[in-house]
Amino acid sequence: MQRRLKLGVLYSRVRVEEKWIFGAMEKRGIDYDRLDDRAIHFDLDKPEHWKQYDAVLERSISYNSGLYALRLLNAFGVPTVNTAAVAEVCGDKLMTSAALARDGVPQPHNITAFTPEAALEAIEAFGYPVVLKPVVGSWGRLLAKVNDRDAAEAVLEHKSTLGSVQHSVFYIQEYIEKPGRDIRAIVIGEKVLTAMYRKSEHWITNTARGGEGELCPITPEIEDLCLRATKAVGGGVLAVDLVEHPEKGLVVNEINHTMEFHTMQPVSGIDIAGEIVDYVMSVAKEKI
Amino acid sequence: MATVTCPECEGQIELAAGTEVGEILVCPDCGVDLEVISIDPAAVQLAPMEQEDWGE
Repeated sequence: MQRRLKLGVLYSRVRVEEKWIFGAMEKRGIDYDRLDDRAIHFDLDKPEHWKQYDAVLERSISYNSGLYALRLLNAFGVPTVNTAAVAEVCGDKLMTSAALARDGVPQPHNITAFTPEAALEAIEAFGYPVVLKPVVGSWGRLLAKVNDRDAAEAVLEHKSTLGSVQHSVFYIQEYIEKPGRDIRAIVIGEKVLTAMYRKSEHWITNTARGGEGELCPITPEIEDLCLRATKAVGGGVLAVDLVEHPEKGLVVNEINHTMEFHTMQPVSGIDIAGEIVDYVMSVAKEKI
Repeated sequence: MATVTCPECEGQIELAAGTEVGEILVCPDCGVDLEVISIDPAAVQLAPMEQEDWGE
């Protein structure tokens, strides 16, 4: 008789997404453990405890906790969704941009510099406005639209003086006059599950910042771009954010590896949590 | 349904059916984020402050 699979769900907070995921696990009668990342520890000499899991779904709210947990689990040979390699690329905007550039996936024009002086020179050559983004960060936080040299000097000084060392990696992106919306698509494995417009009067259209959702039809172009983008970063359960660039057409802005879908699931009517759980089960089955 | 007291403002908050440990509630009186730490007995504490690397 085949052994019953056991899953783990690594989480920090029970957001509505985690409630839906736990519910989908229970509906399917799956044997799983809830692993609060604030309560667990990893003993490198005792990996047996972790090896009981046929797969672990990572839903940590902290990028660092999630990433290091994935690295350890993968080192123990435990399959994870997503893998540590995917989280490394998706959690860092510059690494995502590098992966997209390597695979020729269209993205906004980006420039990177490592000192405020070099960043200012790059911005001046680039022309205003530009957007400065932290390489690690989410929910639209600490994005700065820089309209002129005075603002550039101020923001660069603040970032280098007040920020952590990571803020001294200056990620400079062209400002895109988008039509008051961007597009988020959910990709699971090789399938673009659903897509949504995120609308906002503000230039930051993130729904965590109050953007509203509306269903977006998955055109062949969106599908192709999303699959190329997710392949470039290693694939898995991912949310691809696309922007309609006035000259370049659709470009990939970022890719999230522990996406929230509290707006997406009701807007699409698709059981995204259930699809994620089915994917994790398929990864767990591959292990056996 | 169980009622808890907000540790910030002492407002009374009723836990909805299906509330789970680890969920975040917003106190309707003072707006502070609270984390549910126990269902039976019902208990909440101030939720951790948002960190720089938090997100999706």
